[in-house]
Amino acid sequence: MTHLTTDVLVIGAGGAGMYAAIAAARDGAAVLLLDKSQVGRGGATIMAQMTVAVALGEQEADSVQLHFQDTLSAGRGLCDEALAHLLCDNGPARIREMESWGTRWAREDGHIKQEMAPGHSVKRCCYVDFLNTGPAVAATLRRKVGECAAIRRVSNLAAVEILCADGRAIGALALSLADGQWVSIGAKAVILAAGGLTKLYARNSASANMGGEAYAMALWAGAELVDMEFVQFFPIGHLAPRLVGMDPIMWDPFRYKLGGKLLNGQFEEFIDRYGSSDFGKYNATRDVAAYAILKEVEAGRGTPHGGAYLDFRHIPEAELRGAFGPVIDRLAENGIDLAKTAVEVSPIAHYHMGGIRVNSNMETRVTGLFAAGEAVGGANGANRLSGNAITEAFVFGERAGASAALRIKQQAAPWNDTVATAALERLQGCCFNNSPGALTPISVQAELQKLMWESAGPFRTGEKLSVAAQRIAAMERQLPGLRIGNAGGFNLDMQDWFELRAMLITAAAIVKSALARNESRGAHQREDFPAPDDGLLKNQVVELKNDQLLSRWIAPARLQA
Amino acid sequence: MAMAPANKTATLHIRRGAPGAAIRYDDFQVPYEEGMSVLDALRWIREHLDSSLAIRYSCVNANACKTCMALVNGEVEYTCTAKLSPDRTIVEPLPKRPLIRDLVTDVIGDDEKL
Repeated sequence: MTHLTTDVLVIGAGGAGMYAAIAAARDGAAVLLLDKSQVGRGGATIMAQMTVAVALGEQEADSVQLHFQDTLSAGRGLCDEALAHLLCDNGPARIREMESWGTRWAREDGHIKQEMAPGHSVKRCCYVDFLNTGPAVAATLRRKVGECAAIRRVSNLAAVEILCADGRAIGALALSLADGQWVSIGAKAVILAAGGLTKLYARNSASANMGGEAYAMALWAGAELVDMEFVQFFPIGHLAPRLVGMDPIMWDPFRYKLGGKLLNGQFEEFIDRYGSSDFGKYNATRDVAAYAILKEVEAGRGTPHGGAYLDFRHIPEAELRGAFGPVIDRLAENGIDLAKTAVEVSPIAHYHMGGIRVNSNMETRVTGLFAAGEAVGGANGANRLSGNAITEAFVFGERAGASAALRIKQQAAPWNDTVATAALERLQGCCFNNSPGALTPISVQAELQKLMWESAGPFRTGEKLSVAAQRIAAMERQLPGLRIGNAGGFNLDMQDWFELRAMLITAAAIVKSALARNESRGAHQREDFPAPDDGLLKNQVVELKNDQLLSRWIAPARLQA
Repeated sequence: MAMAPANKTATLHIRRGAPGAAIRYDDFQVPYEEGMSVLDALRWIREHLDSSLAIRYSCVNANACKTCMALVNGEVEYTCTAKLSPDRTIVEPLPKRPLIRDLVTDVIGDDEKL
């Protein structure tokens, strides 16, 4: 078996992972940066076509305090204030650092251009034209990573479990996808930056590697998760007609820039019927808009494909061309002419507010195990403010890298071969069935995605969640009988199997948390408890003990006044 | 989330196998929807017909990751943006890269390998 040794192991090479690697290397650590897909090309960052919220104050007066207050309001009282404040406070430094590394933020009149986005009280969101923010920042970070001699990159290497000894993270076991071989990695500190879990849902805007594996690896290693019930459903994900070559969440900036109308199947505006005041302003927060669209569909006022219309037909064609730029041509390639037809949109799983519980150094309760980016829970409470995700990736990535580099100077954990060998034998012994009639891991993944969408998606009930919990437990029992085959190199069945194993425990954590929260708040909407309950102004923490998921309530972390 | 009911099927003619093995092509029938991509069809095949088909992609739909290239009807294309023909589409691995298996070739730089 191949064995690699490093100071800091970073699992996942999106925005947070690459930033963490750069920071750890800057602070003197040798770094091994892995990605299941390709370094700097997988995960969510590269797909972010939109904006980055940060209190630069370049467009108009702004402050960290104001960004912080907006983040807390969107979070519906459940933000971990220390993490939220860190995000807002360090955001400007990261954006300027990215600029010094070559990111060309859109500018006008000599300053970085900042736009308004829903939930923000000032124009705060910067971007790279046109819809290119994610690819542009990913390219900057890829280049910077490549320049750091202390960072070793490995693509197509999927971390499967964190190795721990004496309560400390000491490395990981990973699967090399090209040849199916196991690789052991000894590290003095480990950073989980493997992103979110939106692939658990049938309708998602996820990349292939967002099945919640960071959360599963954290649980198995003995770390805690927090706020797992808060999955963000992006209200106006593209639904129809079929649109390829574009992120399905692309419509948002155009909607509020141009005033795209959100209409029901009868071409009526409807958001104001759900306690918002969106007409003409387009500033309803994501949770309200998602709820309103699905309620209209439920009432029989949906569009042919079961969503709402997004209508730009009232905008003059020249203005459309000016705002959409080259994107208008990509739409035309898909047969979409916004001057003539409204497109159909509906909610889509987009982001996870919950995640791995960390302190403000990004360290979990397992010494030497850190998290960064979307994998971290708490900063965004019950609902994330538009534009905070990339900021969070940079800020938490930098903080995790710096903290990990510091940790290994304080105390280095020794490698433990016995622990690694035992873990490897257990993983290799996972019973793989080759009989042609057996179910495949990918077909069970599809069943899980459907189940999560219908039972633990934008609308939930206690009854549906209970059934989902039982079904997930049954799927876990199915795991040993699923077909892997012996296909040779690039065995996706095997990759799917380990991914499914992680998806199932992550799904179970969501369902358990959603079932216990008998109220509706932010992204968590219970039809059997439609109102918020101030008695539940608390966070839920989930941990794994003797193979059982346990949850408990804690008071939200408030900043000292 | 409902897709329009598929009443038409498209055929994919896909080159299979690992280096050294005899060249083999498999035909697959998939439900056709106007505007769908070749990658949509490949993913449908993995879920419904043959999960052992090796393909490479990450961002699924956004044409952001640029990792899903293959030869589509003889042209190098991103499978996520190449439109599926309503009739027959030939999909083969990139010809100038070392083959790993089926449609997956080795596109990883030497400085990102084990």
